[in-house]
Amino acid sequence: MLTPGLRGYVLELPVGDHENTTEHPATDLPPAALAALAPSFTVVAERGAPGTGTRRLTWLDTFDWRLYRAGLVLELEQARRGGRLLLSQADGPRQAEQPVTGWPPRRPAQDLPAGPVRDRIIGLISPRALLPVVSAVAAVSAARLLNADGKTVARLTAERATVTAAGTTAELPLRLSVAEVRGYPAQARKAAALLAAVPGASPASQIVFTAALTALGRHPANYTNSVDAEITAEMPGSVAVARLLLRLLDTLELNVDGVLRDIDTEFLHDFRVAVRRTRSAIKLLGEVLPAADASHYAEEFKWLGDLTTPTRDLDVHLLGFAATTEHLLAADPADLEPFHAFLVSRRAREFRRLAAALRSPRFGVITDDWRKALLAVRDAGARKKRRQPTAAELAARTTGRAFRRIAAQGGAITPDSAPESLHNLRKRCKELRYLLEFFAPLHDPHLYRKVVGDLKQLQDCLGEFQDSQVQREEIGALADAMLAEALAGHGTATAATLLAMGEVAARLAVSQAEARADFARRYARFAGPAARPRISALLAEPGPSEPTQTP
Amino acid sequence: MKIYATYNIKGGVGKTTAAVNLAYLSAADGQRTLLWDLDPQGAASFLFRIKPRVKGGGKALIRGTKTLEGAIKGTDFDNLDLLPADFTYRNMDLLLGTAQRKQTRKLAQLIRPLAAEYDNVFLDCPPSISLVSENVMHAADVLLVPLIPTTLSVRTLDQLTDFVAGFDGDRPEIRAFFSMVDRRKKLHQEITQDLLAERAGVTAAAIPALSLIERMSVERAPVTAFAPRTQAARAFRALWFEIRSDQE
Repeated sequence: MLTPGLRGYVLELPVGDHENTTEHPATDLPPAALAALAPSFTVVAERGAPGTGTRRLTWLDTFDWRLYRAGLVLELEQARRGGRLLLSQADGPRQAEQPVTGWPPRRPAQDLPAGPVRDRIIGLISPRALLPVVSAVAAVSAARLLNADGKTVARLTAERATVTAAGTTAELPLRLSVAEVRGYPAQARKAAALLAAVPGASPASQIVFTAALTALGRHPANYTNSVDAEITAEMPGSVAVARLLLRLLDTLELNVDGVLRDIDTEFLHDFRVAVRRTRSAIKLLGEVLPAADASHYAEEFKWLGDLTTPTRDLDVHLLGFAATTEHLLAADPADLEPFHAFLVSRRAREFRRLAAALRSPRFGVITDDWRKALLAVRDAGARKKRRQPTAAELAARTTGRAFRRIAAQGGAITPDSAPESLHNLRKRCKELRYLLEFFAPLHDPHLYRKVVGDLKQLQDCLGEFQDSQVQREEIGALADAMLAEALAGHGTATAATLLAMGEVAARLAVSQAEARADFARRYARFAGPAARPRISALLAEPGPSEPTQTP
Repeated sequence: MKIYATYNIKGGVGKTTAAVNLAYLSAADGQRTLLWDLDPQGAASFLFRIKPRVKGGGKALIRGTKTLEGAIKGTDFDNLDLLPADFTYRNMDLLLGTAQRKQTRKLAQLIRPLAAEYDNVFLDCPPSISLVSENVMHAADVLLVPLIPTTLSVRTLDQLTDFVAGFDGDRPEIRAFFSMVDRRKKLHQEITQDLLAERAGVTAAAIPALSLIERMSVERAPVTAFAPRTQAARAFRALWFEIRSDQE
């Protein structure tokens, strides 16, 4: 039992039919399994063996299933005091484990105690929180299989688990694992074959976590913030747009609870992205929606977007705070502590405003009525008598228009242009990006990836330019506010703090200048002469298509 | 990886019972442990209920056509594996060389690749003085020598000490311990007391002659496993504690 790599066999038996009886008091194994093994092995129960007894497990992942998507499984094994975090690859091998005394799940990733599991996953999950996905209570028993000499030649583990998620409970099939003892591979193989012949037995190919999700009817990785509406080239444009907007509304609503419970910053981020995409879709594609709806909801979603801005801006400051302090040259990181405290208190205040608005009747009415309006458009679209553009025509027209606006504005930018010209270009780029994403299923995947890749690089550059400026201005405003508080006698800001903030602002100015210097190269790569043919090919009116996956 | 070998030129002095119990205690400490039953009689293999058979026999292992890893069997105990005996080990001397070309470090060379897998290796040697035992002495870090408290046994220990002193390079440490001690015999008492006083390298812990130790062949398990709260088990634990402490 020493060498990793010894083979194991895992089988499932349906629950219910194989309950143990007093006829076989020696083990907790079902009689059918014992009967199958009896001709070849003596089965001896190993009561109290390591790993037996009751195990309490909770599988953890982020809201957007980052661990699952990376092929990892994270279990919190709870014991009477504290517990252990066990990180494995989905296909089995253990990667790391660490004790987590007093650490409950549902905490931001940064709060994970130091240890090998944290080291392995922090980059992957940050800044998301780990949430309980499924919990399980499992009764585990073990037995040894002896040969005629009384030698242990294989080990058997039986696990009966009850799993729970979101108030739903299910019992998993009895899981039997046969482990090889070194030097006796044939015996383990034989035991597995005998058990496989028990009526109802089947090989357990799934890991327990996946089996638990299946038993509970949960679909892993069912959340993504990307736009993956099912649209086809020939469907009416209004139907395609309604589907896109309904998908965005789903994303928005899925994030509301996480925003209100303030689980991690990404709920608000995804909520805002859904709002922004909705606003862009209304602006750029609203021609196929009823005019009254388009103008009314453009206003309502602007209200929602504006509502979330202060909290998100403060989140951005706080998320980057550690990195900010690392870059200080003259100031001491401790000088910035009052600034950090100020950001935290501001954020708490802004968050209360945001939460109140999201609990207000106005928000409930927006989402409910918007859904009804979109469903009406979607269902009526196909029945309209008047000829309306297909999704492909709409995509070609709007995407082409968006690109031409970028070409006009971007081409006019010189090293002397005012910052506003770059800010405006950033908005146009966002609009084009959204349109490309909305209609992604209609585009050639290869061209799409290349064009969106270049566009993303340009957007990152423009984002760095504008965000650095905005953050610098915000730091100025925050410094004013802190100074005012200090003068009023209830603040903690000192001259050292304000000087350190000045250094942070200076660094932002450097970043902005670097982004500005990089602009021409990024722009040329996206929209320069060499890129034009692929843009033209991508923007050509897409042909009829079947629904496809988002590239 | 630390290599211990139980060795004595005489048979029936408690080599195998010591190897089996000390290997079990090492494994119980959480050390990854291997016991190689080098005695063609296969007593240690029998005690772990493992057939004394190695595919290809000793020849395949010595010539390298089969690896040691491939012949290892898991025992019933966590952390403890066994490399079984094989009746062909009786010819191991012939495999290890001729009078002209003796290989005295072959076993050491064969064991070396196991270092990644095991913390402690125990070699249970056949009673003899031969090329096999010379190989064992070169491979071992510690020679564990069971002594029945008789004058002749003491002489044997002296001979062994002199023999090892003649080695070039690394020499194993010799740790002798009294075995099969009968407290009722005056001679046993005298010799154990005298030798402890006179000689370094003799452990204070001694293994008494007890019928429970002989019962191991009926139970087919280490006495430290099937009767852990007995005087016999306590004696082996004290011996292991002393040996282990020396190495720390």
